[in-house]
Amino acid sequence: MPSLCPTPPRWLAFSLLAAGLAALPFLVDAGLGRSWVRLLDLALLYAILALGLNIVVGYAGLLDLGYVAFYALGAYVYAWLSSPHFGLHLPFWAVLPLGASLAALFGVLLGAPTLRLRGDYLAIVTLGFGEIIRIFLNNLNAPVNITNGPQGINLIDPVRLGSFDLSQPHELLGYTFTSIHLTYYLFLLFTLGVIFISMRLEDSRIGRAWVAIREDEVAAAATGINTRNLKLLAFAMGATFGGLAGGLFASFQGFISPESFNLMESIMILCMIVLGGMGHIPGVIFGAVVLTLLPEALRYTGDWQRELFGRIYIDPADLRMLLFGLALVAVMLYRPAGLLPSTRRRREFADAQE
Amino acid sequence: MDIFLQQLINGLVLGSVYALVALGYTMVYGILELINFAHGEITMMGAMVALAVIGALALAAPGLPGVLVLGAGLAVAIPVCVALGLLIERVAYRPLRHAPRLAPLITAIGVSIILQNIAMLIWGKQYIPFPAILPQARHTVYGASITNVQIAILLLATGIMLTLILVVRKTRLGRAMRATAQSRQVASLMGVDVNRVIAATFAIGSALAAVAGVMVSAYYGLAHYYMGFLLGLKAFSAAVLGGIGNLAGAMLGGLLLGLIESFGAGYIGDLTGGFLGSNYQDVFAFFVLITVLVFRPSGLLGVRGGERA
Repeated sequence: MPSLCPTPPRWLAFSLLAAGLAALPFLVDAGLGRSWVRLLDLALLYAILALGLNIVVGYAGLLDLGYVAFYALGAYVYAWLSSPHFGLHLPFWAVLPLGASLAALFGVLLGAPTLRLRGDYLAIVTLGFGEIIRIFLNNLNAPVNITNGPQGINLIDPVRLGSFDLSQPHELLGYTFTSIHLTYYLFLLFTLGVIFISMRLEDSRIGRAWVAIREDEVAAAATGINTRNLKLLAFAMGATFGGLAGGLFASFQGFISPESFNLMESIMILCMIVLGGMGHIPGVIFGAVVLTLLPEALRYTGDWQRELFGRIYIDPADLRMLLFGLALVAVMLYRPAGLLPSTRRRREFADAQE
Repeated sequence: MDIFLQQLINGLVLGSVYALVALGYTMVYGILELINFAHGEITMMGAMVALAVIGALALAAPGLPGVLVLGAGLAVAIPVCVALGLLIERVAYRPLRHAPRLAPLITAIGVSIILQNIAMLIWGKQYIPFPAILPQARHTVYGASITNVQIAILLLATGIMLTLILVVRKTRLGRAMRATAQSRQVASLMGVDVNRVIAATFAIGSALAAVAGVMVSAYYGLAHYYMGFLLGLKAFSAAVLGGIGNLAGAMLGGLLLGLIESFGAGYIGDLTGGFLGSNYQDVFAFFVLITVLVFRPSGLLGVRGGERA
């Protein structure tokens, strides 16, 4: 029976959202300029990374500070298999799963010895793994040149699907789709896939078991949950997404070096999920987008200074990280459970306040 | 033999500095179960402030003896760092004491980014040299050399650590700190002013960090706005290695990490037949750290059973 004031049907909401996402790069391009479309691409990439780390930290409650290592592995696998470095040019759809699987394998390798560790001990061990991988990437240019050391690997092949080259502009229905626009759609596709997997995981037996482990590992084991396998699975799933994002990053940038995979990057991804709302998919995506765009938006502080004082006192490039740090502190002080917390966390926090 | 002795000396000197910084991490962790990520930056601030004072004094009164100038630098750096530590605790950690566990970790990261950038705005991005105010005498012991600065660091660090142990074991404040670490609620029921104890912990940790910062910059002969990050990371690793929350553990962990690093740098090439050079010394350090934690998940001197509630 039709009601008098019907809520819009689901399909309408979905198609509006889809249209919005499809039009977004063009709106941004027209409104803010081409560099912001590039940032949009990066924001999607970070959304994939944050969703991957969210599985490990948000669902299973394992504080992982070396997540960037998997990102690096995915990127280097892509670079090795499709760049002039080894003279290999395997196609995109073959390389990406390879990188993701290798990252998953390393996820299990890292997870296995750390199963007994808890909390901050786990954090420092994962941090150590991350640093070890980075140092190896930095130094494995001798005696055999595997990673090309600090110079990194250059001229990585862009994404090519059959004869469709993403690095070239394409014309469609009178619109020009440049490389960064096309990359946006590719990344959007992957992000949606990762969101879908995350959503399905969240409501599955596995997802509930992860939450049980996060809340109380001993109790979870007592109820018959195989904590060892599930923790390893969490590491592997998180690492897979990290490896995937790494491959996309390598193809997008065309150049990678160990510098892109330092500890600060791991910390930033952790900030994204905590700031957005741990364990809550919309929150994590929101956090990723905000923290990717904020440092760039803060570049405009130069203009504000000129408007306010008539001259620039502090170089905006120097000022923006300061403001970024202030923003991190302020958000956490006013919204300790994150900007968009899940209902469960909001409830927990309300309990703890009493 | 002389290489061994040399690396031993270098390792002990570096390790005692790590230990001083690690103590700051471990004291705060013992009481609040919070990784004070900004602690490394407090160390950096200590070095920077002291260097600024020393530089100004060396210009204003060139005749002054080096030890006096250094003392003046410390006398300014310590209060500044203590004030910073108290301010950070008050603003960034105290409001979040009942928040989800990772929230204070993020504010700590935010604070450390803020401190780094403030230091960069004040002192610039370049390396700041440590003025040559100290007599650079070298002594040779069985073929290994040790400088005055190294001897001073070793003695000072040992003295500070012994004092700290005495304070924690023998004084009223120390007893209050131990009680608060065991249980904040019960301690406050027994009449301990928990907020004051926590503030005192931050103050002591920050003072140690200031001294350690000056030591590091004197040892390497320079300071930099980014120096706190790696130093803090290593000191935190040292605290975890020894068993975080445990004072003796932090000292042991710091010394061990210093020794591992210096022996790693000295011998890693021989051990791997020249395949891995000294640029892998950090890999070696982290590898030892991971191995220890795999077999002793609560650190060397930590309480068995993992996290305390």
